[in-house]
Amino acid sequence: MKSSKFVAAKLARGRVAVGLLALCLVLLVTACSSEDSGHPASAGPLVVTGSSTVAPLISDLAKAYEARNPGVRVDVQTGGSSRGISDVRQDLAAIGMVSRALGETEADLTGHLLALDGVALIVHASNSVADLSPEQVIEIYAGRISDWAVVGGSPGPITVVHKADGRSTQDVFLGHFKMDPADVRASVVIGDNEQGVKSVAGNPGAIGYVSIGAAEASEKLQVPIKLLALNGHAATSEAVAQGSFPLVRELNLVTKGDLAPLAQNFIAFARSGDARKFVEAHYFVAVD
Amino acid sequence: MLPSTKDALLIGVLRACALVAGAVLLLIVAFVARDSWPALRDVGVTRFFTDSWSPTSAEPGFGITPMILATLITSACAVALATPIGIASAVFAQFYAPKRVATVQRRVIELLAGIPSVVYGLWGLVVLVPLLLQFAPPGQSLLAGVLVLTVMILPTVALMADIAIAAVPATTLQAAHALALRRSSIVLKVALPAARPGIMTGVVLAAGRAIGETMAVLMVCGNVVKVPGSFFDPVRTLTANIALEMGYALTDHRAALFVSGLCLLLVWMALVAANGMARGTERA
Repeated sequence: MKSSKFVAAKLARGRVAVGLLALCLVLLVTACSSEDSGHPASAGPLVVTGSSTVAPLISDLAKAYEARNPGVRVDVQTGGSSRGISDVRQDLAAIGMVSRALGETEADLTGHLLALDGVALIVHASNSVADLSPEQVIEIYAGRISDWAVVGGSPGPITVVHKADGRSTQDVFLGHFKMDPADVRASVVIGDNEQGVKSVAGNPGAIGYVSIGAAEASEKLQVPIKLLALNGHAATSEAVAQGSFPLVRELNLVTKGDLAPLAQNFIAFARSGDARKFVEAHYFVAVD
Repeated sequence: MLPSTKDALLIGVLRACALVAGAVLLLIVAFVARDSWPALRDVGVTRFFTDSWSPTSAEPGFGITPMILATLITSACAVALATPIGIASAVFAQFYAPKRVATVQRRVIELLAGIPSVVYGLWGLVVLVPLLLQFAPPGQSLLAGVLVLTVMILPTVALMADIAIAAVPATTLQAAHALALRRSSIVLKVALPAARPGIMTGVVLAAGRAIGETMAVLMVCGNVVKVPGSFFDPVRTLTANIALEMGYALTDHRAALFVSGLCLLLVWMALVAANGMARGTERA
């Protein structure tokens, strides 16, 4: 009697397990198939597509916006700035996310400046170098300068900390210095800002670059790093906001023609003072 | 319920479970293969072995050979280090340690097994890497990866070896005692050979964990795509490559990362197959 109950319990547990596995399988299959079904534009949700740099910020803003406006749904999808532009042109998305300034060929679209993405060069706090020229930065990252003595520091090998391909800060950095990813001779390749700060803080000979907001936040927490000036321009969020720091790019929301009230409302929210804390949480620089 | 219907039900459930387990693997392989296909078609298979890795360059390169090597070298070295230490730890717990010490040791190793890999990575980055930096910059290196992986997979080897040795029949050990063998002879000539299959399973599981580990190696290995010239050179493993770039990759770059994943699956399948074949010949 006891044993048959035991078996029954085991069987029941087995059935639950099978049920769960089957459910997982169904979810997996539907997840695979729904990917190709395209994106509804006009019906229901506000569709925002584009740059993977801007998307995490917009996702957070969308959540906050949905919480304030019950019943509204904002659907955020990535795929690069060019997808954002083409989706808006084809009416597949109401708003596109673009991590650069709009070009001359894009005059048919309206850009709404969301925030600025500034990039700071950082070294270990004990490093005596305080300023580098663009030429020096290029030489260091191309591996042609490999000792700090050459750029006025105390002698020692330079550890070049570089970001992985496709990361937004890498785009800003290489774009500004007009380098190709294949030209860079890195000693260490890192992923996010946090890892970049830790790599430089742990190595007195290292140089790296991270989002300016991340560098300033770490410096405030007494992490032993130092933000380098570039060609005499101090690297600060204020300098980025005022436009006096060169290593920077615009993050834009783009739209076409007259805006639907929902899109207009969302853009207004994304540019409002309430959105500022989200912008800063993503280490971008808010614009006034 | 009659016993026969119970049996039928049980068989049905077991079959369903086996089917689901197999189907999940097939689905994953099919999904990875489908998403790698654009790269294999447009770029061609050979370029994955001859190019350098610069997927976002003006002239993109998609070579993953250095990363396959890095995955194999880090995992092989970690397994080579962790296996003897793990087995030794199990032998100590089973044959030499006083009972209380053995219990404490087992608990500690179980705890070690449960620590999330990102914590190992963090420890590696703030403790191990600065230490290695004293010898040769940049500190983030193949050696750092091997050491972190060794610590990570050690509990798997030790626990499985412990269980395997505990499962050696008491009569076998009593017979060895009766022959007046020394304790070292009993361990080396009787217990370990008898526990071999279980220990090997532990080693294979550990190797799987080492090959698949992502966060910890990403944090300590330096991630430069290059065939390492020494243990102090940075390397990038296949897993780190996927984790570093997947969130930001488009079109061919994205597909090339799926090819990295496909390679990882193939490496793992080859390992499992090799282990299966080794066992097959052992039994024959």
